[in-house]
Amino acid sequence: MVKFNIKDLNIWFGSMHAIKQVSIKIQANEILSVIGPSNSGKTSFLRILNRLNDLNQNFRMTGSVKLEQENIQSIDTELLRKRIGMVFALPLPLPLSIFENVAYGVRMHGEKNKKILGKIVEESLKESYLWEEVKDRLSESAFKLSGGQQQRLCIARTLAVQPEVILFDEPCSGLDPISTAKVEDAMVKLKQKYTIVLVTNNVKQAARVGDRTAFFLSGELIELDKTDKIFTAPQDKRTEDYIRGKFG
Amino acid sequence: MRKFKEFIIEKLILICGLASIFFVVLIFLFLLKEGLEVFKGITPFKFLFGKSWYPISEPPQLGILPLILGSLLVTVGAAIISIPIGVGCAIYIAEIAPLKIKETLKAGIELLAAIPSVVLGFIGMVTLVPLVKNVFHLPTGLTALSGSIMLAFMAMPTIVSIAEDALYSVPKTYKEGALALGATQWQTIWRVMLPAASSGILAAVMLGIGRVIGETMAVMMITGNAAVIPNSILAPVRTLTATIAAEMGEAVVGAEHYFALFAIGIVLFVISFAINVTADLFLHKRQ
Repeated sequence: MVKFNIKDLNIWFGSMHAIKQVSIKIQANEILSVIGPSNSGKTSFLRILNRLNDLNQNFRMTGSVKLEQENIQSIDTELLRKRIGMVFALPLPLPLSIFENVAYGVRMHGEKNKKILGKIVEESLKESYLWEEVKDRLSESAFKLSGGQQQRLCIARTLAVQPEVILFDEPCSGLDPISTAKVEDAMVKLKQKYTIVLVTNNVKQAARVGDRTAFFLSGELIELDKTDKIFTAPQDKRTEDYIRGKFG
Repeated sequence: MRKFKEFIIEKLILICGLASIFFVVLIFLFLLKEGLEVFKGITPFKFLFGKSWYPISEPPQLGILPLILGSLLVTVGAAIISIPIGVGCAIYIAEIAPLKIKETLKAGIELLAAIPSVVLGFIGMVTLVPLVKNVFHLPTGLTALSGSIMLAFMAMPTIVSIAEDALYSVPKTYKEGALALGATQWQTIWRVMLPAASSGILAAVMLGIGRVIGETMAVMMITGNAAVIPNSILAPVRTLTATIAAEMGEAVVGAEHYFALFAIGIVLFVISFAINVTADLFLHKRQ
């Protein structure tokens, strides 16, 4: 099933042409990794999917982005962002307890029942593989967690509002290898239930977790294929150079 | 030779730096010396909580409670009016307004800050005072309420610009994080932006109030200047500042009245110092 159908997408920020004529179909329950050097437009592409680019006053776009047949411009933004969760590069816990951090989005969407909240928090923390580490100290401040735990807490917070798609924007850029491995484990398990788009600067991470990988360069989609194929037999010379670390 | 030049310049700058502290200390010492003199004739308790201020009766009655209450009433009134409007305006400018409106509003706020207080007082006298009189059917429109409204205008620029600054310096990631969870714009402002900027906004409020309590000219012109304990916000009042400004010219140097005015100066100094320190604490907490 096609989750996202992106056709002839062009984005400008002022006079800068950030994404040039990109068409991609994102399948349900896959992990699509997006790689490319900085300024290649990969983050702008990700932020199209939950319309976070709209916050920029100079933003313009052409082309169409459809979420299951429905044009995302015609979906209410709050509802769209509830369906499409996002995890940012820096873990961003709120100055609240661990429990309240996870319950935050759910509460915001109007859930007040303590029992239901408790259940959602537990399930979300289990899904992000943090439950075992925090189950005895849910009322402690989220700032007491390590960086990797905070990032999994943010994943749990995103999961708690029950999205269909999760966007990861370089989720491990500030983490050590062990924490990174834990976050990656969580991602691979999550794809059974969710569709995942992962933007990463770490080429090896794309190779480890992605089902398919897209390579962006200067706003153009150079190549999109099965991950093993991209990493063993890329069609384009530029893809090969980037993966081998010759530039970027 | 070059070393000598360095030395001279360094010392000159040092003197400039010391001068500012030196003068402040000098002013403060003078204020204390003259003000404390009054307590030879009257106890501090009687001075602060005495109910009547008749400085030229014989013997003079020097209770400043009506003046303190007058200042408080006008200030609280001004705070109640200016804080919601000021913070609301800051939220609109920082979070909601499109770029063009934002620039226009900011210029307008700066213009408001540039109006001399005597001009504001004058405008208040000819427009606001008759209005208050007619709306509430009062014998006179020179009331605490008129003063509060006028002072609210003066506190507004301070509150708006500092609160807007506080909101602006909240990391962009906070806002994006909330929006990405599906929060509405208002939920983002109320639950994320305002708590994150709260210490800066509190500082803005304190500094706005500090400006109000020290203001003299406009309140003297439109609050009626009756040194009695006010029984409502629609009664004429006299503030601490207006008392000093109005009576210093006619007080006999060296008389008890003269020293009492200096003592009022000390009271004012203590109040605004306390407000500024509190505001400073909030600002530093933010950093």
